Amino acid sequence: MTPTIVRPPATAVSVPTRTRNVKRDRTSKSEERAGLAMLAPAVILLALFIFVPAILAFGLAFTNARLISPYPATFVGFNNFARLLTDPTFFRALLNVGYFALVVVPMQAGLALVMAILINKQVKGTTFFRTVYFLPVVTSMVVVSLLWLFMYRQDGLINVILDRVTFGLVTGPDWLNDTSTSMPAIILMSVWQGVGFHMIIWLSGLQTIPADLYEAADLDGVSRWQRFRYITWPGLSATRSLILVTITIQALSLFTQISVMTQGGPLNSTTTVVYEAVESGFAQQETGYASAISLVFFIIVLLISVAQRFLSREKI
Amino acid sequence: MAIAEVATAVTPHAVLGRSTTKKKRSLDLGGWLLRVGLAVLFLFPILFMFVSSLKPDQQIFGDLSSIAAFLPVGNISMDNYAAVFDRVPAARFLVNSIGISAITVIAGILVNSLAAFALSRMRVRGKSVILTLIIATLIVPFETLALPLVWWVNQLPSFELSELGFYFTTGWIDTYHVQIIPFIANAFSIYLFHQYFESIPKELDEAARMDGAGWFRIYRQVIMPLSGPAIATVAILTFLPAWNSYLWPLMVVQTEELRPVMVGVQYFFQLNVSWGEVMAYSTLITLPVVALFIAFQRSFVNSIASSGVKG
Repeated sequence: MTPTIVRPPATAVSVPTRTRNVKRDRTSKSEERAGLAMLAPAVILLALFIFVPAILAFGLAFTNARLISPYPATFVGFNNFARLLTDPTFFRALLNVGYFALVVVPMQAGLALVMAILINKQVKGTTFFRTVYFLPVVTSMVVVSLLWLFMYRQDGLINVILDRVTFGLVTGPDWLNDTSTSMPAIILMSVWQGVGFHMIIWLSGLQTIPADLYEAADLDGVSRWQRFRYITWPGLSATRSLILVTITIQALSLFTQISVMTQGGPLNSTTTVVYEAVESGFAQQETGYASAISLVFFIIVLLISVAQRFLSREKI
Repeated sequence: MAIAEVATAVTPHAVLGRSTTKKKRSLDLGGWLLRVGLAVLFLFPILFMFVSSLKPDQQIFGDLSSIAAFLPVGNISMDNYAAVFDRVPAARFLVNSIGISAITVIAGILVNSLAAFALSRMRVRGKSVILTLIIATLIVPFETLALPLVWWVNQLPSFELSELGFYFTTGWIDTYHVQIIPFIANAFSIYLFHQYFESIPKELDEAARMDGAGWFRIYRQVIMPLSGPAIATVAILTFLPAWNSYLWPLMVVQTEELRPVMVGVQYFFQLNVSWGEVMAYSTLITLPVVALFIAFQRSFVNSIASSGVKG
């Protein structure tokens, strides 16, 4: 971003003006060429695999393109979007990710903050606890989904534990096969997996708060709540908006858990926007329709991150 | 006793100090209980997965109602692991994933650091526009691009080697490179390298230039050797999604020999489900990452923390 430093005067002093200019011209030209060569691989790859697909998403959404088809794609106008508007499964998917995000965002952000505050204290075993809390994050979502798929069975570990701790008072449901518990089950598991990640991000925010603020507060004898309310919370404003944006986008992109655990069921109670896009674009090979879904999804993500940034800026 | 009382009466600070330590101790007990409780919550499913992978199915279900569910007791064996290798080409999947992740990480470090070097150190026209465009791509989640990208890679020219020789085809579907090349250039890696390079004093490369070093030599011998932490961060942030990738290979790889580990889970639900085997396969594909995480714990945590600057 910052312009490169002007060459140090030491070189220029003894060189006559004309030759200096010529020399600089030549070096800057070769510098430019070398710089472009160094930039080229990354720029070409980003163009090919981010910019082109982004533009394609716009273009293909208005065509009837299929993944593998002997016929070239033809322009169909707003047909795909009209179909989207009358697709009850798509609305269900929107509702589901909305529900998922509304619960996961505060739950995960809140729990992660509590954990970050616990970990931020220099007590014995901090490294151990941090490692353990972070373990699910390095575990792939596919593995986590398999594991919880097993634990959520009617006769699985979760229900056995529920039965034990309530002395048989509560009989657990068939979590993933019941429309009323399938989404909460996936929410719980997703928070379990992702909370360690955001704990670390909160932690790095906590460490930017100057320690002398806390020392001053200790001298004034403030309560723990006041410490949190007047020092920690305001000190985390930048981290807060970042965490809200990342968790929300992650939540809206819900896919892996659904694909491994429920395939959108039972009765579409867990289907999501990305799952629908993959179903139509890949399973049914309707690239055009899938692009329309992707486009709508992208616009939603964009609007939400802009809105969140705007709102969190207002508060400061 | 009396002296102590006098002392506390005289110096208010001592009183304050004493009362806060007392308060801290009692709070610490609660905090400690909370820490342990959370640790149990995060650990028990993983422990359960590992322990179950050593037991036959019948015993897994039999042990559920007691603490034995979390203990390697009873009929312990590696039978499930042996069965996993019978059911799926697990070794092949592991080799594929190791290869794909390693190449993506190494190429990613090279390509992204070179770009960041040019953006940080060299005079290139329009570089601030390039940097802005690169950073702008960060807001696009991969999931929104995945479907158009499948269509797109299916149009790209490709070449193949076979007994018939070397020939061109269309479509990257069903190859190794479709699992690697789209993920080499990464805007966030470029951003991280750029931030790090900006923190290295420019006098260093000015001095190297005086000695007649070319740009590439400055990159290789001055900047990169000083960028260990940035390299580690980028390596980890590239490795994790590469190893864990699921959605993408699910769509673009059909041939069994080319599949990565995560797609392999599908094999376990085709006929009779053996949960012991599922847990064994899960353990098998998690272990490499967990081992790396425990070995490079500090770098892992730092790299995640640095992703906090995103956005």
